[in-house]
Parts: sequence; C-alpha cells; structure tokens
Amino acid sequence: MHNNRNFFFHLYMALFLAYLLIPLLVMGGAAFNASKLPTIYPWKGWTDQWFIELWNDNRIWGAFANTLLVALAVAIIAVPIGTAAAILINSISGRIRSVLYGMMVAPILIPGVVIGISTLLFWNNLSVGSGLHLSVLGQVSYIASFVMLLVLARLQSFDPSLEEAALDLGASHGQVMRRILLPHLYPAIGAGAAISFFQSIENFNVTLFTRGGADTLTVYVFSKVRSGITPTINALALLLILFTLGAAVWYEISRRRKEAVQRAYEEEGIRAEAALH
Amino acid sequence: MTTASHDILNVAAESDEVKIRPRGKATSMSAAIELDNVCCDFGKFRAVDHVNVTIQPGEFFSFLGPSGCGKTTILRMISGFIEPTQGAIRIGGKDMKGQRANQRPTALIFQNLALFPLMPIWENIAFGLEVRGVDKAKRRARAEELLALVDLHDSADKMVSQLSGGQKQRVAIARALAVEPSVMLLDEPLSALDLKLRQHMRAELRAIQKRTGVTFIYITHDQGEALAMSDRVGVMSQGKLQQVANPRDIYNNPVNGFVASFVGENNILAGDVKKASAGAAQFSTAIGEFQARLGAGANGKTAKLYIRPEHVILSAKRGKENSVPVTVSEVSFEGNFIAVQAKTANGTNLVAELRNDGSATVPSIGTKMHMTFDAQRSSILPDTSSAGA
Amino acid sequence: MQDLLRRYGTTLTYVCIGLTFFWLVMLVLLPNFTMLESSFRPYLAKVDEGGPLDFYSLGNYGKILGNNVDTTLFGITFPMPVRVKVFVLTIIYSAVVTVITFVLAYPLAYYLAKIVSPKSLPTLFLLLFVPLWVSEILRSFAWWIILAFKGPLNAVLMSVGIIDSEIRWIAGFSPVIIGLVYTYVLFMVFPLYNSMQSLDSNQIEAAEDLGSPWWRTHWRVILPHAKPGIASGAVMVFMLSAGSLLVPSLLGSTTSGWFTQTIQEIMLGSQDWNAGAAFAFMLLIACTLFVSLMMRVFGVKLSDIAK
Repeated sequence: MHNNRNFFFHLYMALFLAYLLIPLLVMGGAAFNASKLPTIYPWKGWTDQWFIELWNDNRIWGAFANTLLVALAVAIIAVPIGTAAAILINSISGRIRSVLYGMMVAPILIPGVVIGISTLLFWNNLSVGSGLHLSVLGQVSYIASFVMLLVLARLQSFDPSLEEAALDLGASHGQVMRRILLPHLYPAIGAGAAISFFQSIENFNVTLFTRGGADTLTVYVFSKVRSGITPTINALALLLILFTLGAAVWYEISRRRKEAVQRAYEEEGIRAEAALH
Repeated sequence: MTTASHDILNVAAESDEVKIRPRGKATSMSAAIELDNVCCDFGKFRAVDHVNVTIQPGEFFSFLGPSGCGKTTILRMISGFIEPTQGAIRIGGKDMKGQRANQRPTALIFQNLALFPLMPIWENIAFGLEVRGVDKAKRRARAEELLALVDLHDSADKMVSQLSGGQKQRVAIARALAVEPSVMLLDEPLSALDLKLRQHMRAELRAIQKRTGVTFIYITHDQGEALAMSDRVGVMSQGKLQQVANPRDIYNNPVNGFVASFVGENNILAGDVKKASAGAAQFSTAIGEFQARLGAGANGKTAKLYIRPEHVILSAKRGKENSVPVTVSEVSFEGNFIAVQAKTANGTNLVAELRNDGSATVPSIGTKMHMTFDAQRSSILPDTSSAGA
Repeated sequence: MQDLLRRYGTTLTYVCIGLTFFWLVMLVLLPNFTMLESSFRPYLAKVDEGGPLDFYSLGNYGKILGNNVDTTLFGITFPMPVRVKVFVLTIIYSAVVTVITFVLAYPLAYYLAKIVSPKSLPTLFLLLFVPLWVSEILRSFAWWIILAFKGPLNAVLMSVGIIDSEIRWIAGFSPVIIGLVYTYVLFMVFPLYNSMQSLDSNQIEAAEDLGSPWWRTHWRVILPHAKPGIASGAVMVFMLSAGSLLVPSLLGSTTSGWFTQTIQEIMLGSQDWNAGAAFAFMLLIACTLFVSLMMRVFGVKLSDIAK
C-alpha cells in the first residue's frame, strides 16, 4: 500500500521534472535545426549556422554587454544596501522594526511594471532622463529586498558574543565588522550577489519602462520574437542555459565539498573528546 | 588606549621567544582592581548594589552566587560592556570610566568561549595581536608559544570545530593571554564541560594562573569550583556582596545565613540568643539550649543556629554538652559519606554525615542515639535567607 | 539603535542608516508617491505644466472607461468598458493560474518534504532550480515553439493519434495560462515545501495511527500546517502573473488582452504617462488587496510570506 503510493509520487516527480526540462530541451534543440523558423519540428537537418549568425550579430552582443553592465551595477549597489538594511533591522526591535521590515519586503510584492513607471516618473521629475541608469535604480529597489532577506536569515545564526569577544581583545568596530561579522555573512552576501546578478539579467518589466532607447538582452529578444525571429535566439538561449547550469553545478559541488570537510572536522572534535576519557 | 595595553603591545611586538613567568609570582603586568561603591541599574531593577571590593594583583578571585545575583553584570562592567550607574571601577589605580571594552587591559573568557569559527586556531589566538598591527610572522610565533603554554601542540592550523571541549577551553585561555591582559575575566567557562573534564580543568586553570601571575576574576555558581581554585571568594546575593574571604573562612565562618546555606549544607534551628559574651552565646531552641559561636549582627529572635552535617557527632551516649536525643529515621549511602537523618522528640529533622572511612558504625533505622554539636563549629548567624535585606 | 551603536560604533551605524534611507526613501517611497501624485494630474504639453489646466482630478482614472463591449461573465452578458474587462479578466485569470499552480505544486512539495530520501534532495533541487536560472522570456519562448500551429506538440499528438488535425493552441487565454503556470509554478513549490518540511513527521504518523484516511490527514494536519507556505506561494504567483508582461505578449493573441499590456500601450504607445501612472496604481492596489486578502484568509503575517 505504502510502496504503491510512493510509486505514484516518484512518477509524479519524474513527470514534473520532464514538464520543467523538456521545453528547455526543445528550445536548445531548435538551435541546431536548419529550419528558418525556430522549431524542432519539422527537423530539417543539423546545422551550426545559427551559432555563426549569433557570433556575427553585433546588436545582440551590444545588448548582452548592456545586460552584463546593468547586472553588475545592480549587484554592486543592491548588495551593500541589502546587507546594511539587514544589519540595521537585526539590531532594532519593536514597532519601528515591523514598519521598516514591511517597507523592506514590500518591493518584492510590487509588480515590475509599477516599479518601472514609478522610477521613471520620479527621476524624470528630478530631470534625470530615462536610460539604463534608471533601470539599475529601479531593479535595485526590489532586488535589495532579496539580499536583505538572505543576509537577515544568516544574521540570525550569528552569535553576538563573537563581536564582544573581538572588542574585548581590542578590535575596533571596523575590525569587528571586517574580521568577524562580514566573514560570517559572506555565504549570504555571495548568494545575494548571484541572485542580484541573475535577477537583473532576467528583468524585463522594470527595464522596458526605464531603458530609454538602450537594449538589454531580454528587451532585444522580446522585440525579435515579435518582429520575426530566427534560431540565433535559440543558440543564445542554449549558451546561457549551459553557462548557468555549469555555474549551478560548480556551486553545488563546492558546497558539498565544504560540507564534507566540516563534517570531518566535527567528527574529529568528537573523537578528540572521546580520547580524553 | 591605556598605558597598560601600550605595554602589552610593545612586549608582544618585541618578544620572539617563549616567556613563561616564574611560578606564583605576580609580575608588573597584573594589576589591582577596585570596585568602589559600584551600582548598576537596569530600569528600575538594581542588578548590582553598592559593591566594594579590592582585588589584589595576581590574585585568583571568584564571585560566587546563584543566577541573577549580579555577578555577570559585575564582570561585564569590569570588561567595559556595561557602564556602572554609580561608583567607580579602577584597574591598576586608573579609573575606567568612558573606556570601552576594546580599550581596557582586560580579557574576557565567555561562557560559550566565543571562539571565531571561521579562523584557524592560531589566528584565533593571535587575533588580539592582529588588531594591534603586529606582523604575521610574530603573531604566528606568539600563537605557537601560547599553544605550548596551554599544552596544545600541533593544533595551530586546525579549525575550532576539530577540537574537543577541553581543547577549545584552552584555546580560549590562550587567546585571552595573547593580549597580555592585566586581568582575566572568566564567565563560568567550565559550565559546558562534563564533570570529569571540569575537575581536570580546575587544576589546569589554577596552574595557568600561577604560571602567568595574571589576576583572575572568576564567575561561578558552583561552590566547589570557587572554593577549590580561588585565593578569595566573594559571595553575592541580590546584587550585594555578602562576604569576601578565603575559601576556608567562607565555609567555616560564614557571616550570615545566606552564605552558610549557599555554600554547603546545614542543620538550621530557630531560637533566641541568650547570655551573649564575646564571640559566643547560649542559644535557646525548641529542642534545647546550645552553646555556639556568635556571628556579628546576630541577636534576639532574628538569629538562627547553623550546624554543618559533617560537624554533628552521632553517638550512643549523650555528649557532655550541646547534645540532643534523636531517633534515626533514614540512612542514605552516598559513596564517600553516609547521611543519617534523625528526628528529635518534637519531630525536628536533623542530619549528620559520617565519613565512609570504616571508623563509624552505621546505625539502623529506629535506633535511639544522641547528636552532639561542636560549640566551636556551630554558628549563630543573622538569618538572611532572603539575603540583601 | 542603541544596540547598533554599541556593536558597530558611530561610523558604521550611520553607513547602515544612510544606505537603508537611500533605498527606502529614494528608491521606494518617493517614486511611488510621485506616481500617485502624477496619476491625479492631467497629461499636458510641457508649456501648460503648472498653468491653469494643471489641477488634480480623477480624469486619468476615468480613462479606463469607454469603448463598451458585450461581456459574458458567469453566464450573464452585459456591456462593459474594454479596459475594465481586460482588468477584470487579468485578475480572474491570475487567480486561475494561482489555483492551477497550487494543485500542481502540492503533491510535489509533499513528496519533497516528507517522502523522498533526504540524500537525493540536493540533486532534485538542483534540477528544479534549472528553469529558474533560465530567464522568463526564454521559458515563454520555449512554449511559443512548442505550441506553434505546425509545432512539436501538435506533431506528437497527431502521431500518437490523440488528435486528427492540428489544434490552434495560440488563441484565447489558454496559451497565456499555460505559459504563466510553467513560468511561476516553482514559486508555489518552494514556499509550500518550506512550510511542510517544518511539520514533524510524527504528527502525520500519529494521525494515520489514529485511523485517519490519507485525505483527512492532509486536510486536518498537513494543510493547516502549510498555511503560511500556501499564502506565500499564492501571493507570489498571483502578483507575478498579474504583473507579467512578457508571457501575455509572447503567447497571447488579439483576444487575450492583459492589463499590463494596456499599461504598456498607454505609457510607451500614447506616451500618456499620467494615465499610465493611474493604471499602474490600480494594478498596485489590486495586488495589495490580494496580499491582504491572503494574509487575512490564512491568518499569516508579512514576515511569514516573505521568506
């Protein structure tokens, strides 16, 4: 009975993964199809033509460079803001804390269209015209929330007596921050930077309203999809997927390695304990 | 930064070889700590109430008391994490007012040790030197010396999680010693260890203190620890320092009921002080009249008679004086001693402890015997079981 | 505050406060306030700004009215302004997407939290995360390929013999719903998983031990425990769906207007930023109402939702 039920759950999991992954395979596969339209059916034979066209498409690379630039700027601004906000919220309490926390979380729940429009109008009122710099500011406004939540979660596992111990040993406040608190937060800050970067690359809604005339990858792909698309987009998509997949696997492997080292350490500690008795 | 910690810096920066100070001799490094009429309030609650004590250079001093008695607050005031509401703290004669934790010549060992989990052992130990700008090679050398001092060789490059509880303890001590503090403050550092290791570390801590000559201020609620390690003990209750004395006097000559009952067991009898003379008195109770030492401040009906169970003599015949007939009601074997509970004619419970050295005959339940109190070792003390009043 | 100063000193405290202030005031509060303010002002030529024509009114909000079309909702046919219809349908279909993702995600989250061996969890999560790392536009694009009239889905269905002739998938709201569900289902899976995973398995076993059938165990034990996860997943999926512009634009047709497309048309087509602000504000209000409704229904706090 139990095994039966579990079988259906396993099957469901497999189907779900197929549902998630097959569309990506379809899209990747279309990059190798000699058909002029992006599809895997009908199959008109293998080709590397679309990768060559991608390589020669200067507009794509321009948009790609813009995207990376924006993503980098967003990560550089959102990470310090989110970290500072998390540290701030972690050391206050009471009513102010819940109000501030609500304000910090709210941007995640605001539709991107709204963020885009409000950012555009506000900076336009201050005579700052639209352009990718506004896209950066608009994206930071909600991406900083993700960073804040990640860092705050990590802060909650921090033992404040470590700070006191460092102060007691004569460290200045700056040294406490640099040597004790930040190293503890690095995993969350790193994850925050990665999330900021990828969220920014993904972003469409905010960018669309704030970009002025500049292209980012999503905006460019969007315009191509509407105005006659070629499988160069698929070639690009496949490269992006492989890149992110590679990064994700590398991250997972290094995480597991670290975990194994930590576990070995702890076992050694327990053995050392036992050896004393 | 204080002059003292400047000295620390210079010595640390210049020393390239192991400096283990001569045994039991205080060096110029250790300093006296004066708590002058110190009070600390948290809102309306007075956590520390007019504490006055001077701790000598090189002394091992313990604050002993139940949780919430204010001992940890005292420690945090000395280390600079809390400012006293009133009164002054002087270290080496210098008023610490306005000096922050990172400017004081103190080193605190935390209850949870607070070792930095992301640094290897040697960086933990050398952290105090690192923040003072000592260069890396010297830091490393100093860390190795200190590891040798605490008997932890070959552990410099290990991570904290690789060590056992006792080893972590030693790293914490080495880390505190690295900044060559005038005063070491220890906040119940042994409470996380198991019983055996705790007893081993007591001796170890005492030995390290003797070797380095640094003033140790130790906080504990464990009377065994305090009595075994300290030169002097300050017993605290409800923010007030009840008694400061060497361990022997704390146990044998407690000044009031609180100290007597917090440190060790007692038979406690209510009654009335009669015929008081210098240092002694007749004490009249419901089960008879007893001759005993008279503590300061004990008079009238507020006083009580305190007799340690191991000072009660159990015999078949009636003693010459201070003796009372009893019926044995329970005998429990505790290992190194045997506790004999007995009732007097009016039902008062009394306890005597017999050493399990083969000399005493263990009575059986129901036996009629006599309990005799040694007049020199029984005390009439003011009853401050709700101490602080 | 006091704690912050004690722990990190004056400079770092000011840095923290300064950065947070810049974020919340310059990037969140003031832009939204400006948007609200502009939504009450008329769309004027530059020279008329500040002149006699520049006064507050609800005129921009009125622009949602006009162009009545016959609408059939719940079996009743009545005339309705086309933009209002688009707004209402956006809300309704976003809710439909939310329900579908919940149905799809619930068994999966339960499987991940309570059935699968913890050893294979990291690998499964890695696989589940793959689509999340692929951008939304590429995921919709994938379905654009799959659902094409002469595309692979029709080919597969015909070769298996389920259908005789191609189906025109890209029509009406169904492709939009398919795309939104695919794009946002994981935002339902992870919060659900998080909340179920914190349930003590002994509770499930205790319920079974007491003779509860599986559906009752889910209804009385697991679902109530998963409330914060459901609320959080529902809020995320609804908000993302209602706010999505890519998916409806890519997979939609002329018969499937989405409110974000209306806003885009006004902002970037007509360049009427004031009306755009008013419409954006209406979308914001709709989302806020949905968030508060979920918090009320599931009895959770904002801090439970944002995790």
